Amino acid sequence: MYNKTIAELAEGLRSRQFSSRELTLAYLERISQHQALNAFITATEDLALKQADAADAKLAAGDAEPLTGIPIAHKDIFCTDGIRTSCGSKMLDNFIAPYDATVVAKLQKAGAVMLGKLNMDEFAMGSSNETSFYGPVKNPWDLNAVPGGSSGGSAAAVAARLAAGVTGTDTGGSIRQPAGFCGITGLKPTYGRVSRYGMIAYASSLDQGGPMTRTAEDAAILLQSMAGFDEKDSTSVDRPVPDYRAGLTQPLDGLKIGLPKEFFGEGLSSEVASAIEAGLAEYRKLGAETVEVSMPNLKLAIPAYYVIAPAECSANLSRFDGVRFGYRCEAPADLTDLYTRSRGEGFGREVKRRILMGTYALSAGYYDAYYIKAQKIRRLISDDFKNALSSVDVLMGPVAPSVAFGIGEKIGNPIEMYLSDIYTIAVNLAGLPAMSIPAGFASDKPVGLQIIGNYFAEDRLLNVAHQYQLATQWHQLTPPGFE
Amino acid sequence: MSLTADEVKKIAHLARLGIDEQDVPHYAEDLSGMLELMAAMGAVDSENVPPMAHPLDLHQRLRNDRVTERNEREKFQAIAPQVEAGLYLVPKVIE
Repeated sequence: MYNKTIAELAEGLRSRQFSSRELTLAYLERISQHQALNAFITATEDLALKQADAADAKLAAGDAEPLTGIPIAHKDIFCTDGIRTSCGSKMLDNFIAPYDATVVAKLQKAGAVMLGKLNMDEFAMGSSNETSFYGPVKNPWDLNAVPGGSSGGSAAAVAARLAAGVTGTDTGGSIRQPAGFCGITGLKPTYGRVSRYGMIAYASSLDQGGPMTRTAEDAAILLQSMAGFDEKDSTSVDRPVPDYRAGLTQPLDGLKIGLPKEFFGEGLSSEVASAIEAGLAEYRKLGAETVEVSMPNLKLAIPAYYVIAPAECSANLSRFDGVRFGYRCEAPADLTDLYTRSRGEGFGREVKRRILMGTYALSAGYYDAYYIKAQKIRRLISDDFKNALSSVDVLMGPVAPSVAFGIGEKIGNPIEMYLSDIYTIAVNLAGLPAMSIPAGFASDKPVGLQIIGNYFAEDRLLNVAHQYQLATQWHQLTPPGFE
Repeated sequence: MSLTADEVKKIAHLARLGIDEQDVPHYAEDLSGMLELMAAMGAVDSENVPPMAHPLDLHQRLRNDRVTERNEREKFQAIAPQVEAGLYLVPKVIE
């Protein structure tokens, strides 16, 4: 049962092959059986069964919504009313969210059953899930390897079949890179497509929530219920949501794929390059044409990101002060001591590093040299994408320069860790939609193929991914030991 | 460009962020490494490039000036570290 896609499960529920309660129990049992993966921070068994029973009643009455009875889980960055929302941090270990994020409310309204909250890098800052207060998540394909980050628990849960589909967020690659490392499908929508209300903010001009699933079809199903205008998010875009599933069947004849040469240069592992090359060959067989394009400013994406994201984070995380919610230090001597120690004790090392960096970049005398400069570079990178996408339909390349690295391998060297996000970060600076789909293996670990599209072209991306998945089997493989 | 231990302490103070004395040299080293990475931006002539603060050139939306939120003080205060008589408590500020 748990090895089926959302599309198959929805069919099975409607035709009464199994009930939502049976399905939910099967997933809950797997979550408990595979606790060693550390994919979940909180499992919500009682709530899940209550929602499953309600779903079964709706199914019996014949008024089911698209996701009625489908068990999913949320990255622990999305606020869930009455349920701990930790954001992977000691700071929010005791935080019971007083409201639902829009994404959570929308998926619930569409009938989904919530299994629990997923592990993640602290405040979504990390590329390996090792900065979590709750410890690292293991990659189901290799228990000594990281699942990627920051949505590491999300990716591992889908790969290990602990949920039918999940939510993630992507600020610099946090949906795509873990999806790539764990051999699943991940979609980061256009900035503004999915509401950020109730999604704990890291870098507000970059953060975007999206679905992580086994297949592109499932991503289309989840996105359909997640996307749309939200009055409560001031940067939400008021634009109709297309029927994502209806667009999947379009053939790829004449599809023009741009290959940014900067994605295939120095630093890319040769075995990842071979897998990507084979993926592109498959696309040519499906009728697509590939052309080389150039994005000369791409190399500046990491420097610009590590000014802009920390600057925004230092402002966003100032709300964690030990006064209204979250962690408070013991016996503060005065107000400054309360702020300083609550924040010093509540935040982990990577979060502190970024708060310090952002505070520095925004401080008097450095603002123009770092923050304004980085915003100008951001424009140049965004223009590079505009130019490239003016002559092609989509861009393709690797998601990451290597396959999943070992737990402990890079955590001691932050700069090296940052550099592993070279192919994903630029997309967030521009605000474009992009996907990662499974495209083979290197050293027995999954390789992700990245597909980048134009603004609000999620339907095209999903179509391009789905057609590939009709012709290949990579997305159907289950990690050994999790069949 | 590299940061000294004193500069790290100054930034930490600006951010009201407690860091252990023994960790200061590590942060100085890490932040200096980040600044080194950023030095690459300096080589680009961007004088006439308008800064991009946001991925979509959107105007801030306006809405009607009417009450949309309910008062949920009790719910919010239930998760606060310390409250009394409906107020959030902090250490004494005025002597």
